[in-house]
Amino acid sequence: MSEVKNPENILEEIEVSDLLFRAMELKKKGYRFSQAHAAYIEGKYELSYSFSDYETYQLHNLRVVCDVDQKVPSITEIIPAAVFYENEMKELFGVKIELISTDLDNRLYRINVEKPLGPKEEA
Amino acid sequence: MGKRSVIPYGPQHPVLPEPIHLDLVIEDERVMEAIPSIGFIHRGLESLVEKRDFNQMTYVVERTCGICSFGHGMGYCETMERIFDVEIPDRAKFLRTIWFELSRMHSHLLWLGLLADGFGFENLFYQCWRIREKVLDLQEMTCGGRVIFSVNTIGGVLKDMTSEHMQIILKTMDEIEQELKTIQKTFFEDYTVLSRLKGVGIMPKEKINELGCVGPFARASGVAVDMRKLGYAAYPMIDFEPVVSEDCDSYARCYVRLMEIYQSIDIIRQAIAKIPSETDLVTPVKGNPNGEAFVRLEQPRGEAFYYAKASGKPNLERMRVRTPTFANIAGLCEMLKNTELSDVGLLIITIDPCISCTER
Repeated sequence: MSEVKNPENILEEIEVSDLLFRAMELKKKGYRFSQAHAAYIEGKYELSYSFSDYETYQLHNLRVVCDVDQKVPSITEIIPAAVFYENEMKELFGVKIELISTDLDNRLYRINVEKPLGPKEEA
Repeated sequence: MGKRSVIPYGPQHPVLPEPIHLDLVIEDERVMEAIPSIGFIHRGLESLVEKRDFNQMTYVVERTCGICSFGHGMGYCETMERIFDVEIPDRAKFLRTIWFELSRMHSHLLWLGLLADGFGFENLFYQCWRIREKVLDLQEMTCGGRVIFSVNTIGGVLKDMTSEHMQIILKTMDEIEQELKTIQKTFFEDYTVLSRLKGVGIMPKEKINELGCVGPFARASGVAVDMRKLGYAAYPMIDFEPVVSEDCDSYARCYVRLMEIYQSIDIIRQAIAKIPSETDLVTPVKGNPNGEAFVRLEQPRGEAFYYAKASGKPNLERMRVRTPTFANIAGLCEMLKNTELSDVGLLIITIDPCISCTER
C-alpha cells in the first residue's frame, strides 16, 4: 500500500491589499506557486492564487474578490513564475494587473477578441 | 564581453513538434537569455463552458491534449465528483488507474522517441515508437480509441475490461518490459547518447521550487513530488514510490521517464491483480452541480490542475485546466541560460513540452 498524503485544501479569502503580503508569507514558508486563475462572476472578478507544498502536498488557495475597475498588484516580483498566469488573467478577463514583470500587453494568446471571458461591453 | 545578438527560435522548427517561439539572446553561441512566447494555437476550450453543459464538458476537456487526453477527462470528472460529493465504484477506480498508466506509458515512449530523434538517433526513435504502438493497441482494444478514450463519465467509467482483455494486457506488459530493457541499455550506456545528455541542461533543485516546476522535470532534480500520492483513483491500494534522480541534467530527465515506464507496468500488474469483480461502474449523479473544487492529478508531464465552479445550473460558471507544461515553461527558460545554442532544441524536448495542452 502506498502512503496517501491528502491534506484538506485551504481556501483563504483576502483583500487585494493583502495579496503581496500573503504571497510573500507563503513563499517564505516554502510553498511553491502552483497556479493562478480568474473568474468573472456576477459583475466581479474572483482571482485564485494557488500555492502548494512539495513535502506535505498541502494546497493553499488565496482568493481575492475585486471590482472590475479595481487595480491588482502583480506578484511577479515575489514569484517570477506567475508571469504567464497574470498575463492570461489580463488578456482573457481584462483584470487590471499592475506592474507585471514581463507584460506581454495582451499578446500572450494572440487572439482578436478583447477580454473574451471578462465583462461584455454594452453595445 | 562578446557581441550579443537575438536569434528567433520557432514557432516552426524541425525539433519542435508543436509551435512555441523563443527569442534567444546569445553571446558567442552561448544562450544568455530565452524569452518565450506562445499563443499560436490557442483554442479557447475553457470558454466553452458558456455553450456546453457540465456533462458535455467531459468530452471537451479530454480534447485538451492528444497525448494525455485520458488524464484530462479523468481530472475533470474527479473535480465534478468532488462538487457532487460522490464516491465512484471501486472497479471504476481501478479501471481509471489502468488506463491512466497506459497513457503514461505511451506518452513517455513517445517522448523517448522524440528525444532520440532530437539527438539524431533515428533507429532508437523508431524502436521507441514501435513499442508505443503496442500500448496504443491495448487502448484501442479496451476503449475503441487509440488516443481519445471517451470512457470517463462523471461518477465512474463507461466501459469495462473483460478478463481476456486483462490477460492480453499482462502479456503485452511482459513483452514491453523485455523490449524496454533492450533500448534502456542504449539510452543509459551509449557513448553518443551520454555525450548529448550528461551534464547538459542543469536545473538545480532550489530553482525547481522557485519556479514551480512539476513532474519528471522536478523529480529529475531531486524533488520527490508525485500527485498520485494524493490518493485519487486506486492509487492508495497500489504500492509505488516516485522515481527521483539527483543529477539535475538531461540524462536524469531521461532516466526518470524511462524508469517511470517500468513503474507504470508494475502499477498495471498490481491493479489487475487487485481489481474487484463488481458490476457497477458508475455512481449516478442527480441534478446540476453547485459549488467549487480544486483537483490535482499527476499527468505524464507532471501536476495538472483542475478547477470548476458551478451554481446549480447546467453550465459551469468557470472551468480551469492548468497543464504541466504551462508550469514548466519558466523552468525551461531558466535552464536554457548559459547553454550552447546547439543544445537548445534537445533541451526544449527534455521538459516534454505539450503546447496544445498549454494553450487549451
